[in-house]
Amino acid sequence: MVRMNMVQAINLALHQEMEKDNTVIALGQDIGINGGVFRVTEGLHDKFGSHRVIDTPLAESGILGTSIGMAIAGLRPVAEMQFSGFSYIMMGQLEGHAARFRTRTRGLFTVPLVVRMPFGGGVRALEHHSESHEATFAHIPGVKVVIPSTPRNARSLLVAAIRDPDPVIFMEPKRSYRAFREEIPEQEEVIELGKAHVAQQGDGITVISWGAMMRPTLQAVEQVNNERGISVELIDLLTVSPLDDHTIIDSVKKTGRCVVVQEAPKSFSPASEIIATINDKALMHLEAPVKRVTGYDLTVPFFGRENDYLPSVARIRRGIEETCDF
Amino acid sequence: MIGTWNMNAQTDTLKSLTAVGSGIPSLPLGLDHQSKSFAIASLQILDEEGNVDESLEPDLPADRLQYLYESMYLARVLDERSLNLQRQGRIGTFVPSSGQEAAVCGPALAMRPTDWFVGAFREAGARLMRGEPIEKQLLFFAGYEEGNTFEGGERTLPISIIIAGQCLHAVGIAYAMRIRGENDTAVLCTFGDGATSEGDFHEALNFAAVWQVPVVFVCQNNQWAISVPRSSQTRSETIAQKAIAYGMPGIQVDGNDALAMYKAADEAFSRARDGGGPTLIEAVTYRQKMHTTADDPKRYQDPAVLEAWLKRDPIIRFRRHLENKGIWSDQKQEAMEQHVKEIIDNGIAAFEAASDFRPDAPFDYAFGTTVARLEEQRAEFLDNIKREAAHG
Repeated sequence: MVRMNMVQAINLALHQEMEKDNTVIALGQDIGINGGVFRVTEGLHDKFGSHRVIDTPLAESGILGTSIGMAIAGLRPVAEMQFSGFSYIMMGQLEGHAARFRTRTRGLFTVPLVVRMPFGGGVRALEHHSESHEATFAHIPGVKVVIPSTPRNARSLLVAAIRDPDPVIFMEPKRSYRAFREEIPEQEEVIELGKAHVAQQGDGITVISWGAMMRPTLQAVEQVNNERGISVELIDLLTVSPLDDHTIIDSVKKTGRCVVVQEAPKSFSPASEIIATINDKALMHLEAPVKRVTGYDLTVPFFGRENDYLPSVARIRRGIEETCDF
Repeated sequence: MIGTWNMNAQTDTLKSLTAVGSGIPSLPLGLDHQSKSFAIASLQILDEEGNVDESLEPDLPADRLQYLYESMYLARVLDERSLNLQRQGRIGTFVPSSGQEAAVCGPALAMRPTDWFVGAFREAGARLMRGEPIEKQLLFFAGYEEGNTFEGGERTLPISIIIAGQCLHAVGIAYAMRIRGENDTAVLCTFGDGATSEGDFHEALNFAAVWQVPVVFVCQNNQWAISVPRSSQTRSETIAQKAIAYGMPGIQVDGNDALAMYKAADEAFSRARDGGGPTLIEAVTYRQKMHTTADDPKRYQDPAVLEAWLKRDPIIRFRRHLENKGIWSDQKQEAMEQHVKEIIDNGIAAFEAASDFRPDAPFDYAFGTTVARLEEQRAEFLDNIKREAAHG
């Protein structure tokens, strides 16, 4: 066991998958000699060479488009978008091609690729470096969206994403990159995609979150537990799409109350979909309306104002208390 | 009855399509069977020692030359001071532009106030010449949208971090100027060598040439897109030659030679104003510092190459030129340095005094119309802020 931060854990997953499977290749801007702007791909270029670790020209659509070709022809590309804010340039390739090849060729051509991208706020970054637009990707049929929250689950989810037979958008919460460390076992671990994780069991209320929001949510959960004795069942979504209905519905049926915490804008978001799913499958078990604690329907402000935008521990706590007191 | 495919009919059709009398068919293929050769011109007026090629020297009065020099110098010192502010945590991630002052200030000198400036993020000197106050530049890097605009900046677009996207906006603006009858107005569009790999770059140059709109494209080829060298960005020998493919004039210019950059841009602006369409200018320069303060060039850059480029610094050679012309002296330099220090001190003071940052301002600018759903969120937002303030 070694203690690692999320950057190191993702790096370990890449090293191990590339060693095990020589069809896995990495490509993106500055990922080779520079080791990536966040050092996530550090050492890969030295170990696997410039044929498998490619510093591409500066072109997001080009990176995804060529990855699609590689995937069709038997490789397993792991592409990096330097920041999620630049990834919208590749949307034509994602929606128009990657997401559709399997169905439009009735399974003849498939696109097993991963697009890694750091996302989210809280690091005082420049414009276009802070948004959380997982819903944009989750809304595309045929694309999976995975968001880890800790070093250990990041490593295990990335392995699963690389081995998955379909395109996976792997969104790395950059605020959590170096925020804390976790014990990482040497041997491989895999977390099945599409499965949420019950991070803490409880019977008073279900709280659902993912990515960087898991940490303030955990703090809020501890506070309401210590100060008010509220028993929280905390669910870490891990895979945003496809949603793990089973884990969510089982929990809500038990607790009868639910709060969803997300950094992303409120409307048309994963939180909206989770609530709709609860309405479909557990409405008669609800004791209170399901609450959303989210970002606002705004372009994420420059970092001078981002702390007012991001859900805080206090806001999350109030959301839990109001739902319990309803 | 199900029709059967008539092979003979098809063959007959093909025959008639390909029927030739003698020689080459005059089908509209656009193929004239002539081989062509193309050449790309290059321009340098001031060499590294500050010697001027008088046959090429633009006719600029002394005050314009001094203004160009002082603008470049101001940008350089502002870079140093901004890096200090970043180290002290008074601004966030900063993008330095040292070494590239001539590449943008030369073209900016050729602009009229009514022209449009559409840039990327490494043109501090040109932005100063467009009238953007120092405090605004600092506000941007301190994390406030308020730093994106300034009084008199109605034709200066803010920094574009998204690579190459702004090139298309420049083309659209130029088209609009023609439609609106501003036939004397042109657009300066700047971007880096990395941007030439983006689809938007290709689309912008193609649209500009097809529409023959007045855009002066200046590629600041500073040899690096973060860690990726120019040689890994494109196999084209020059970036200027890409112009040939789009059907517009292209020229490779010593980007550290402010006179050459001025002259190339001035000619391109004249052509654009005369209805001659767009031009691509490749400014060959060098990024003397990191990509941003979050970057460490030691990981990928050969220090000897940087050393060689420092000797080609644009500001040193321009000062020599002014001295050779007898319009600059140590005393003038000293007075200017003092003046520049005061301007920057005042700019930093104004930046630090700026305080009008209403937290809910982003709600004012989400749309041009009032949206009930957002106003509800604004109320919740303000309530959250009040509660958090109450809890300290």
